[in-house]
Order: sequence, then C-alpha cells, then structure tokens
Amino acid sequence: MNKVLMSGNNVIGEAAIRAGCRFYAGYPITPQNELTEYMAEHMRNAEGGIFIQSESEVAAINMIAGASAAGVRVMTSSSGPGISLKQEGISSMAAQELPGIIVNIMRGGPGLGNILPSQGDYFQATRGGGHGDYRTIVFAPGSGQELADLTMDAFDLADKYRTPAMILADGMMGQMMEPVIFKKPKPRQYPEKFMLRGAGGGKSKFIRGLLLDPVDSEAHNWKLARKYEVISENETRFEEHRLDDAKLVIVAYGTAARIAKGAIKRLRSHDMKIGLFRPITLWPFPEMRLRTLSATVKNFLVFEMSTGQMLEDVRLALQGYADIEFHGRPGGAVPTPAELANVIARVYEQKD
Amino acid sequence: MIIKTIFSGFGGQGVMMMGTSLAQSAMSKGCHVTYLPAYGAEMRGGTANCTVAVSDEEIASPVASEPNYLVVMNQPALFTFQNRVTAGGSILINSSIVEASPSRQDITTFYIPCTDMAQELGNSRAANIVMMGAFVRQSDIVPPEIYLKTLETIMGSRKKALADINRRAFAAGYEYVQK
Repeated sequence: MNKVLMSGNNVIGEAAIRAGCRFYAGYPITPQNELTEYMAEHMRNAEGGIFIQSESEVAAINMIAGASAAGVRVMTSSSGPGISLKQEGISSMAAQELPGIIVNIMRGGPGLGNILPSQGDYFQATRGGGHGDYRTIVFAPGSGQELADLTMDAFDLADKYRTPAMILADGMMGQMMEPVIFKKPKPRQYPEKFMLRGAGGGKSKFIRGLLLDPVDSEAHNWKLARKYEVISENETRFEEHRLDDAKLVIVAYGTAARIAKGAIKRLRSHDMKIGLFRPITLWPFPEMRLRTLSATVKNFLVFEMSTGQMLEDVRLALQGYADIEFHGRPGGAVPTPAELANVIARVYEQKD
Repeated sequence: MIIKTIFSGFGGQGVMMMGTSLAQSAMSKGCHVTYLPAYGAEMRGGTANCTVAVSDEEIASPVASEPNYLVVMNQPALFTFQNRVTAGGSILINSSIVEASPSRQDITTFYIPCTDMAQELGNSRAANIVMMGAFVRQSDIVPPEIYLKTLETIMGSRKKALADINRRAFAAGYEYVQK
C-alpha cells in the first residue's frame, strides 16, 4: 500500500469507505466540509454506497440511525454547532444500541464561535452529550495516520458494542494534509439478528428507545451501564512519550498533544525532564494508567485548547496523588510549540 | 532538521498548488511533511496562503510561526508575512507584480519576475511553476527531478501541452536564480 498525501477530512472519508461505510448523511459546516464533499464524490463509486446531503444536521443523524437499524455501516459528520443539533439523535442511537460513527471536527465555540481549531467540545463528547444515561466511545486522533486507523477501528468497536462512536478532531486535523497509509480493514462482524430487514414469514424484531414500563427501562439502563463498564475495562488507549525519567508530565490530546511534543523536544534539549501522556480514547479515559503513573511522577500539566475540560478527568484519575497545573488556549487560539515551551519551563522551574 | 515555508498570493495564482506539489514531492523523497491551508472565508481574488513543513523527523506543529522561506506572489502577502520569517531566512518575490521590497536586513531576498517569464513562455498562469523552479533550487528541499515527476503526477499526463509548458516554466525559474 502506497503512502498518499491527503487532508484529514478526506482521510476520514476514505478510511470510512474502505471500512465498509455505505451510508453517509451530512450537512455542510466549516471546517469539515471537505469530508462531506469527499463522500459526495466517492460514495457513489462504492458498491451500494449512498450519500445524502440532508436538509439539516438533525435529519442527517436520524437518517444514519435508520440506515444503521437496517444493518448498514453508517457515518455522519459536522462541527460543534451541528454536533449540538445531533445530540437527540445520538442519545436515541445509544438507547436503541445502534452502531454508527459521528465525526466532530471541532471549531471555536460556544455558540457559532469561529471556524478555527479548538477543543471545547470535550465535555459534550465524553459525557454523552445528549439526555439520559449513556456514553459514546470517543477517539481523539493526533495525526493523519491515526485519523485513518482510528476511523476504521471506530467502526469495528461501534459494531462490537452496538453503540455510537465519535471521532473528535479539530479544524487543524481536518484541514492539514499528511502522508497516510491505509491499513487493510477487518471484515465486518455484525450478526444479522440485529438488523431490521423485513421479518418475512419469521418472527418480528423491534428496535426502540421508548420504554414506558419503569421495570423494563431500569433494566435497559443497567444493561447499557454494564456495557459501558466492559468498554471502560477493555478499550482505553493512550500514548506515552518520554516518560521514563520525566519529572513533569504534560497531559494533552489531538492537536494540543502535537504542540506539546514540539515543546518537549525543545525543553529536553535544555535537560528538562518532561514527558507526555496522550489519551487516544477520551471516553473511556485511560484513568487507571494515569493513576499508576502518579506513583512515580508527582507533577502534571494539562494543556488543552479550551478553558479546562479534560482537566477534570485528569483530576479524577489522579485523585490528589499528584499536583496538577493547567494551561489553556480556548476559542480558536493555537499556540506555537515555542510559546508552550515557555509555559512548561516556568512550571518546571518552580517544581524542580 | 525542519524547514517551514509559507506560500502566499492571490486566490487563482496557484498558491495552494505550489504548497501541495512541494509537500507531495517531499513525501516521495521520504520526508515527514505537513501541509496546512488557510481555510474558511476565502474568496477568488482575495489572499490565499498555505504552510508546508518538511522534516526528517515527526512534525509537531504544522503552523509556521517563524518560517525559513516565504514565497510572495502578490504585494499584500509581503506585508502580511515578511516579519514572520526567521532571521537568516529567505524571501522569494514575484517581482512582476510586487513593487515593494522587504524592509528587513537579516534575510536574503530573491526577485523573480515570474509572471513576465511565464508570459514569455506563452502562458502567464505558469508563473507559479516558474517560482517553484527558483524555490526548488534555492531551498534544496527536494531534488528538481523528483519535483518535476510529482508535478506531472498531480497535473495528470493527459494534457501533453500543459506538461511541456510546466517543464519549461520550471527550468526557466531554476536557471534564473543561478544568474
């Protein structure tokens, strides 16, 4: 397989089609338009592929819910404001245990905000986002290559656990071109018993989210909760960078983690022992690993392109076993590695 | 070693194409590379710019706060980006259109009348390729043969006439900066 140079948005689209996604519905919004455009052009060349530019984001999420119930691999994408509109549908898919991929190429918020890269949708993505007791699996890719790999993995996990999964990237990840190699996707494993394709002479099947009987409803909620527990135990992913001798560990994901790596490289050349812990799944958050780390590292610095959202998960993970500092750049501001290095150096010198 | 370049000019001058062709050929050479376009509320005739980073190791940030090279295809681009160029860096200027020169002393400036040169070759739209000829020679990021091969792949081999003028435009720019 050859390396290709593609923008992040196009990478997600190509990876999805290769992974067997055959139904995409979406509504335009910057900075993810190239993904919708890519699907418009390429879905028709995929056998059985359907592309719909829906009349709204709400329509798109409900269209993919319907196609998912019929047994197709599905995807929709948007950016912050559009993802907010999709929440009712995501909650409904979680309730009905429908697999599907939702891509959020984050931009500056709140409200319409701006179209620049940001990480302000962390809470929305990791806390379920819509109403009710549910979670979505959230992947935070940090490179073009990861966009390709994790998009494919997201489809597999969504099927495995029959739950919606989210790709959470930002405008920079979506717009930036990087070399990518597409891996060979695994064959889909999704039993036909979960698909609604007409009962024919057989038994009727139901997929529903409305459970009026509290006994049924409570049982269903606990069933979902057990599933989320299994996901939490088995599906956390993270990257550790130069932790072996680190005295200060930066915790960052996605674009912020890339910038942090650049900053760490500079500081390491000045003999400052700094490492990076990068969560790749934001939910489930790699909580246990971070807690284990606090046995040897006592100082952490959370860096996010927000006012501090993942910070709360880091606090929960570390449970007071280590000191936590925070640096945030919300609203579409993207610091340079040099700027971040200055911030980290100040913290490091206080602690050292 | 990381080398960052900002390409900037009018929308329609082929500024983004200059960036992608550099990124693509650096990738063929086996380098790590990122290409970041300015996106969003852009328009035809407005300003366009993109940033290309080429490195022998993993690239942290695709943004160039201090680019090594700045390629200026129109006047506003010079005023917008000249102060960002790192000390000791280079600016390549399309002197057919840009009348001003950089106010800085700590950089090297190359003046290439690439629009005029392309016109002489018979197609003013090849100005960006003339500039790429000069850029490839000055920057030494990718060998000229790899760049030309990549360019042909990008443009498609069906249009023979286009491939021909691109090759001539590239050679003209490449030779010009030697003088």
